[in-house]
Amino acid sequence: MSGFDRSHRRLRWLMLAPALGFVGLMIIFPLLFTLHLSFTDAFGAVNAGKGYDGGQNYLDALGDGRRFWPAVWRTVYFTVGAVVIETILGLAIAMLLRKPFRGMRVVRSVLMVPLLATPVAIGILWLLILDPTNGIANHLLGALGVPPQEFLGSVSQSLPVLMLIDVWQWTPMMALLLLAGLSTLPEEPEEAARVDGATSWQRFRHVILPGLWTTLMTALVLRAVDALKTFDILYATKGPGGGSDFEVETLNVYAYGLTFDYQEYGLAAAVLVLFTLFIVGVVVLLRRRSREASA
Amino acid sequence: MNRTLWTALRALAITVVCLIIAMPVVWMIAAAFKTNVQVTDPTVGLVFSPTLENFRTVLADGEIVRSLGNSALVGIVSTVLSALIAVPAAWAVGRFRMHSTGSLVLVARIVPAISLLVPWYYLFAQLGLVGSYTVLVLSHMFVSVPLILWIMIGFFEGLPIELEEAGHVDGLTAFGAFRRIALPLAAPGTATASVLAFIFSWNNFMFALILSDEDTKTMPVTLFNFISYASTDWGGLMAAATLMTLPVLVAAVLGQKYLVAGLTAGATKG
Repeated sequence: MSGFDRSHRRLRWLMLAPALGFVGLMIIFPLLFTLHLSFTDAFGAVNAGKGYDGGQNYLDALGDGRRFWPAVWRTVYFTVGAVVIETILGLAIAMLLRKPFRGMRVVRSVLMVPLLATPVAIGILWLLILDPTNGIANHLLGALGVPPQEFLGSVSQSLPVLMLIDVWQWTPMMALLLLAGLSTLPEEPEEAARVDGATSWQRFRHVILPGLWTTLMTALVLRAVDALKTFDILYATKGPGGGSDFEVETLNVYAYGLTFDYQEYGLAAAVLVLFTLFIVGVVVLLRRRSREASA
Repeated sequence: MNRTLWTALRALAITVVCLIIAMPVVWMIAAAFKTNVQVTDPTVGLVFSPTLENFRTVLADGEIVRSLGNSALVGIVSTVLSALIAVPAAWAVGRFRMHSTGSLVLVARIVPAISLLVPWYYLFAQLGLVGSYTVLVLSHMFVSVPLILWIMIGFFEGLPIELEEAGHVDGLTAFGAFRRIALPLAAPGTATASVLAFIFSWNNFMFALILSDEDTKTMPVTLFNFISYASTDWGGLMAAATLMTLPVLVAAVLGQKYLVAGLTAGATKG
């Protein structure tokens, strides 16, 4: 190895070390600490646990049909619903915007607003729009002959409404990602299919979609991870516990409440470990599916 | 004829999509310029005589002004520090194909933030740092460093390596090639990544909710505390929310091309 290569090798670690060290320190100790906490009965203070409890927290969480399992189902409902709708609408919008047109710059700016705007501010603006008595939403529905809705004031409507707000906020991101993916597709296969007489649906189904698959799956993974962890907008609109009847209490909101409202550090840590494993499982599953499909 | 019809339909569809996306935000901004009587009257649409009263009230509120200042301070400091450590690291990963180290970015993105917050709180409480700007900056850097890394790895990979090799031939060290050749070329990417990192810090709610105190709390936390007054002062709340969203709107309009490239970086390759 020449001296130049050696200095290169030293340099690249030097360049990498601060960032890697920072992220590593901020993540490794906390994860180990959370894992440790999850096996203690720490309550009130993180160091209040009296030794290991042999996984009692995990049994408590998994046997809890009142808060834990409903939170799991809400998380699944919210994530699957939001991500599926966002993917379909995002794909449709990306196809719509694909061919260049005047005003693309404006449209791109508009698309970026919901995903860059502060989630708490978004929560507040939807509270105004969906206000049961004074909001514009019921006013517009009334004009269509639909009776007034409670929206976020109702136990049964809150989660679907918040899911639709998530759709409003994140469909543009999906569209932008897929648009970027579409722009990398070569034109020849599509032209060839056109020459061979394929309809536009056939070209979409058999040429464009397979070409877009990698981007689609990457976008799906990123969006699913963020949707599973949604917190700001749920907490901002419904407050602690996800509402009076825990109606929007997802796993993240539940873990937050256990930790910071009830100081149930041991149980909270167990829920967080299960939640993390759940997210990792979803990511692994989606990535394997995408690899199988592209192979 | 058929073609013209399609073009018209497409234009219509694009317009509808844009309206659905933009209208809620437009409604918020409009509400910020309404009196409280007008805000709660849904028959008052977008045509009314605007008032600046809500902004006057909000800007006279020391708590809101200080929170906006705190958000700006934490956002700027955390972004600058993150760029300082993440850009060189991204160059190293991109140039020397050290992609296994890049997977740390993915881990940082997957782990639920709450599982980090308790240990952070415990650790920083021992150091007497809870409630300080330091701890807010550090927690926000935890989001910004992986974000900038993610965007910049792709950016450096896209730069032709020949330029740096030419630098070596001309007698530059490897670091010299980074500093004098790669870094200037990466300036647009660095700017994009930094703007995005600032926006994500500006928007961050959960970290400040736990780690800040009365004096250091950032705008999303203050805004959240104001929600309980919603029914009595919608106008003020909307003005505060509008002020919070303003920098983001400006960035979206001015930097749309670069920000879209930054946001979608890394998604189009396997």
